[in-house]
Amino acid sequence: MKTQISKDLQNRKLIIKREFNAALESVWSAWTESNLLDQWWAPKPWVAKTKSLNFVEGGNWLYAMTGPDGTKIWSLVEFISIKQNSSFQTISSFCDENGNKNSDMPIMNWKNEFFTTNKGTRVEVEISFTNEKDIEKIIEMGFEAGFTSAVGNLDELLLK
Amino acid sequence: MQPNDCTYICYRLVADKINSIMRRDVFQAIADPTRRDIIVLIAKKTMTPNTVADSFDLSRQAISKHINILLECGLLSLNIEGREYYYSIEPKKLAEVNDWLDPFRKMWEDRFTKLDKVLNNLKSKKNGK
Repeated sequence: MKTQISKDLQNRKLIIKREFNAALESVWSAWTESNLLDQWWAPKPWVAKTKSLNFVEGGNWLYAMTGPDGTKIWSLVEFISIKQNSSFQTISSFCDENGNKNSDMPIMNWKNEFFTTNKGTRVEVEISFTNEKDIEKIIEMGFEAGFTSAVGNLDELLLK
Repeated sequence: MQPNDCTYICYRLVADKINSIMRRDVFQAIADPTRRDIIVLIAKKTMTPNTVADSFDLSRQAISKHINILLECGLLSLNIEGREYYYSIEPKKLAEVNDWLDPFRKMWEDRFTKLDKVLNNLKSKKNGK
């Protein structure tokens, strides 16, 4: 199934949509239970390992991504709101192994929504960036609506 | 510990993906609205320094500064034809900028392919396998 990625630049958001050939309850479990999350959350060649997960509003998920060279990067995902089998919102930060947040690093706000479809389940992820100047800059800069279309002859240019 | 660029990639951060692929200054270059306007103008047709300067309500000095930044980061090139200097766009460089979401997309596709497997396993378990 195809992953759709779009950007809402005015609001500094990235939106990711994907349909899964599985019942909503299963998809929900895969996004909210540590033994399942650990199996897929890390993009290869990294591996995710949960230290603790308490999936309730006000709870959090503390996990490490381990790289091929053994580098461990810790993240803290705080659960802000949860609508069972429908959606949940989180704030994701970098931290140390005890969950102490690193304020120098970017913070992301996530909204994950789950919908039943004919084929199974559609998940819509909305990531918005707040604290990170670099990301703001990048999103503001060349990629405002209109920039790409203004240089819409890019394909032609590339053929030259 | 400060994560390196590779870490950022694994942490779905667009900004640092770009950093690991190309020089940051390309992005700084197009972070400025005047410079974006210059790119758009020159992408439409090649222009001499004078025609670029005439297209803006800014001092020639200011425009020249912007153009130099665009030249330095490789988005523009300066050519000579006869006695005339003119600027043209470097499409490949511009395309790199335009494709900034690609690494991010790839990361999510990898991740979701793994998730498909997890979901398949769940299904098999439920079916009593």
